[in-house]
Amino acid sequence: MKPALVCLVIVAACAPARSDTILVSAASSLTDVFAAMETAYEEVTPGADVVINLGGSSALRTQIMEGAPADVFASADGEIMSDVVSAGMVSGGPRVFATNGLAIAVPPGNPAGVKGLADFGNGALYIGLCAPEVPCGRFARMALAAAGVTPSPDTEEPDVRSLLTKIEVGELDAGIVYRTDVVAADGRVDSMVVPGRFDVSAAYPIAALDREGEGFVAFVLSPSGRAILRRFGFGLP
Amino acid sequence: MTRRPPRPPTALVVLGVLGFVVFAGPLTGLVARVPWSRLGSLLATPIVVDALRLSLVASLAATAVATALGLPLAYLLARVEFPLKRLTRAIVMLPLVLPPVVGGAALLFAIGRRSPVGELLASTTGLVLPFSTWGVVGAEVFVAMPFLVVTVEGALAGMDQRFEGVAASLGAGRWTVLRRVTLPMIAPSLAAGVVLTWARAMGEFGATITFAGNIQGHTQTLPLAVFVALESDRDAAVALSLLMVAVSLGVLVGLRRRWWSAR
Repeated sequence: MKPALVCLVIVAACAPARSDTILVSAASSLTDVFAAMETAYEEVTPGADVVINLGGSSALRTQIMEGAPADVFASADGEIMSDVVSAGMVSGGPRVFATNGLAIAVPPGNPAGVKGLADFGNGALYIGLCAPEVPCGRFARMALAAAGVTPSPDTEEPDVRSLLTKIEVGELDAGIVYRTDVVAADGRVDSMVVPGRFDVSAAYPIAALDREGEGFVAFVLSPSGRAILRRFGFGLP
Repeated sequence: MTRRPPRPPTALVVLGVLGFVVFAGPLTGLVARVPWSRLGSLLATPIVVDALRLSLVASLAATAVATALGLPLAYLLARVEFPLKRLTRAIVMLPLVLPPVVGGAALLFAIGRRSPVGELLASTTGLVLPFSTWGVVGAEVFVAMPFLVVTVEGALAGMDQRFEGVAASLGAGRWTVLRRVTLPMIAPSLAAGVVLTWARAMGEFGATITFAGNIQGHTQTLPLAVFVALESDRDAAVALSLLMVAVSLGVLVGLRRRWWSAR
């Protein structure tokens, strides 16, 4: 009788989630805009419950390819999306829904007097980048390479938001993040533009991984979705 | 005639075996994924070698610090009456339940570069803890030391204190009693505490990446290297994980044989 009880508990734990729950795996640079997207979508779609799973795009790819449940994947990088597409896990073709650029973020007041990309080669400063495995790290290195700067980072953060946090609290003197992260930080960091000739245009693809996700993808691509994206500082394709 | 121990209830056996499967299952999944033919070359990369070296150095240093500070703290908690003792004990236990990320953030605010203590430390000694190997050691001490304190305090409270009284009555000084009577009596628990502390330090992830950051050769321990590798090179991540399992299992089994063989 008691073993039967145990089996019951296990079965209950494995029961599938309710079908009107839409699981969205989104790059961490989409944290704030997708929270707004979730609220707006749930308002216009009665009964829908959007659950957002945030992380570095590459970590999300690993989760999805290892079979983690997800109905939508929004990546900060086309290459990472193509891995998921070539694994045959996408139901509709991926569409670019937003673009983004880079910015240099410094703590409020810029205590270390950082002036631009050249400072990222200064070993005396505390410099942070995203790890080269995540899109923000790859883009930052592309911009630095274009500017002829060899960076000497003191930390390589696993996602852009953890990098932003270390800049906000003043532990790092500067870091390269997305322009929209500076908007999201809402005054908790100061920022400098990355000159246009070095900047990288990041294109964000989104794809439904199954039928449940298609409504949400359509919403993100719709005029209402685009208005939300613009409000959070994203460029539109 | 020797009595055989009674047969355990079936439900107990089933649950016990299920409990073991909870541990063994994921490990089996890991071993099944190991790219055996490439294992040698994967483990010989500079990233792995640096991470292993750093993990061993930092975890051993953290264990030394945690023992040097945790043993006296355990003694105070077990033997000395002082005000707010229960609160003190609760604070000592806190890292056991606190998410390590919270511990890392707390360390940043307390001894980070912008904190008063951190600025004092940097201006007087030039030591900057975040983004340095010392920061890794600090994070590991914070999360691992409670294991030593809990284990040793229990032993100190539970041991027969009459032996110490007898030694003192025979003229032994306080340090002599501590060194010749108390410490030998709690040695097995102390050893267990040291091993648990080291094991926790070795596996530390959240506080380390939050407080010390992630740079190969300076702050990237094995758990951090596994986390980063999972996103780019899964075979490397599996190889690193296998290395962690092997090193940890080797040390735990080895020490157990040496210290508990009498049981």
